[in-house]
Amino acid sequence: MGGFESRSSRKRPTLFCSKGLRTGVEFMGLLKVEKLFISFGGIRALAGVDFHVDDGEILSVIGPNGSGKTTLFNCISGVYKPDEGEIGFQGQSLLGLSPDRIARMGVARTFQNLRLFMHMTVLDNLMLGRHIKFRKNPVHALFRIRSEELKHRATVEEIIDFLDLQAYRQARVSDCPYGVQKRVELGRALAVEPKLLLLDEPIAGLTSEEKEEFAYRIMEIRGRYKTAILLVEHDLRMASRLAERMVAFESGVEIARGTPEEVQSHPQVIRAYLGEE
Amino acid sequence: MDLIESYKEELQLVRRNWTRAWVLGLLVILLLLPLYCPEDWMQIAALVCIYSIGVQGQNLLIGYTGQISLGQAGFLAIGAFAFGHAARFGIPWPLALVVAGVVAGLFGVLVGFPSLKLKGPYLAIATMGFGIAVYQIFVNSELLSGGRMGLEVSRIEPWFGLSRAAFTYYFNFAFMLLFTIVSYNIISSYMGRAFIAVRDNDIAAEVIGVNLTRYKLLSFAVSSFYTGVCGGLYALYMRFLNPDMFTFMDSINMFVAVIIGGLASVEGSIMGAAFVLLVPKLFAAWKHLVPVIFGLTILVVLIFEPLGLAGRWMKFRLYFRNWPLR
Repeated sequence: MGGFESRSSRKRPTLFCSKGLRTGVEFMGLLKVEKLFISFGGIRALAGVDFHVDDGEILSVIGPNGSGKTTLFNCISGVYKPDEGEIGFQGQSLLGLSPDRIARMGVARTFQNLRLFMHMTVLDNLMLGRHIKFRKNPVHALFRIRSEELKHRATVEEIIDFLDLQAYRQARVSDCPYGVQKRVELGRALAVEPKLLLLDEPIAGLTSEEKEEFAYRIMEIRGRYKTAILLVEHDLRMASRLAERMVAFESGVEIARGTPEEVQSHPQVIRAYLGEE
Repeated sequence: MDLIESYKEELQLVRRNWTRAWVLGLLVILLLLPLYCPEDWMQIAALVCIYSIGVQGQNLLIGYTGQISLGQAGFLAIGAFAFGHAARFGIPWPLALVVAGVVAGLFGVLVGFPSLKLKGPYLAIATMGFGIAVYQIFVNSELLSGGRMGLEVSRIEPWFGLSRAAFTYYFNFAFMLLFTIVSYNIISSYMGRAFIAVRDNDIAAEVIGVNLTRYKLLSFAVSSFYTGVCGGLYALYMRFLNPDMFTFMDSINMFVAVIIGGLASVEGSIMGAAFVLLVPKLFAAWKHLVPVIFGLTILVVLIFEPLGLAGRWMKFRLYFRNWPLR
């Protein structure tokens, strides 16, 4: 948690001043989502979502199934186009940009149901994470000039070490166990060197041991790569342990926000998760 | 013991000593082919070399990028006729080959545009339409097709005092070698990785920063460049062109070569090309049965080896690498 002090002492021009919890301390807003609406047919997946992510913080988004968490991720990463609203990233609008443009601006994500390149090796999956950093010269491709490849391989090896993937480097992703695949997807997102990392249920389906490891890694990412993390998580205990702030959704509407304790004790959150008394 | 000491070493085209040995052996066998091979088989070998370039291009598109095209004969025709016309204008053949590739490549980009919206079978139908349209245009335009007698292409006189058959073989073998190496280079580069990413998971590819539009179109361009050059070499080989050499059946043949050879495999492409040309040749004595045998062999290969000939080859190598373990 060493990043906390250094962040607050950083003085940068303020684009968005964070409202809510930490008023009084000036943070630079990284991502700002304003009045986001999107519907599919008759279903309103997001109905006026408003929140922001500060530089270097971990914000977790919770909510029952179908509350629009993944839809929100898809809007931010450009997979869906919202009907209304604004998404600002470092003062620039992300609306209307293609997913690869958004990736190049520094947003990386993982998916709820793993979207890996199943027929490629772990190494190639991670190298694809470096795609936007590659200086792409077709002549290099045609004549096997691999200087660029070697440069990025070094970065990828750091990620392999960080995520303990050494043994799987040359294994085909489809042959790897689920826990490893989850790590590969995280690694692929890290290889982008994102400023904002969107993690969609990173620990779902893992064993409790793997969950602990993952939680440790998520904290470590924040410390090491200075990345802000937006986390969707079902596991309330884990979500509150990792995040400094929390937002709770239900049916595409925000029902609570604040510190993990505040959100968890919020009557509407309790009702959404546990049902009426 | 297989020990890799640097990242650079890992990126070599042929890394293991044993692989080096058999690749070299194979090259020597192929280079000495004119010494022990009857002339008519040498002709077929030359044709396999030409055809394998087109199949490699098709495999880059279907096997690596996952964009199904059933219009390859269209690119083949465009390449062949572009070469023919360019040669008629007095452009020397190396340049004419480049023209053939580039013109086909440009049409590839054009045909690639539907691929931005269409997937799978829908794209297959769209490209099939392109192949048939090209055929019809050539059939109906005497200006393009060279009229009733077809378009004649002047031959290259053999160099170094080689016999005509041997020269044709070496000439096309050199091109096959060049394109094979380039294929291996492409698929192991950032470009090939992006192609495979588009195939395996287009949404993830996009989110990771791969520009789908660019790489789909690039794949179509590269693939049809290969096919165009293949068409140009074919024109040189046949020495005369008419549109009936590029029907829908030829598109299907090329598609079969990719599937039989093995999707996403360069060596498979060469094996597939050899397969579709050798089977009719081997069973030439039962001419009326050739389509039946052809169909049956395809069935047998797909039932017993869905990964194609390249898959069988891979397992064979793995068996010996791990021997005596299983």
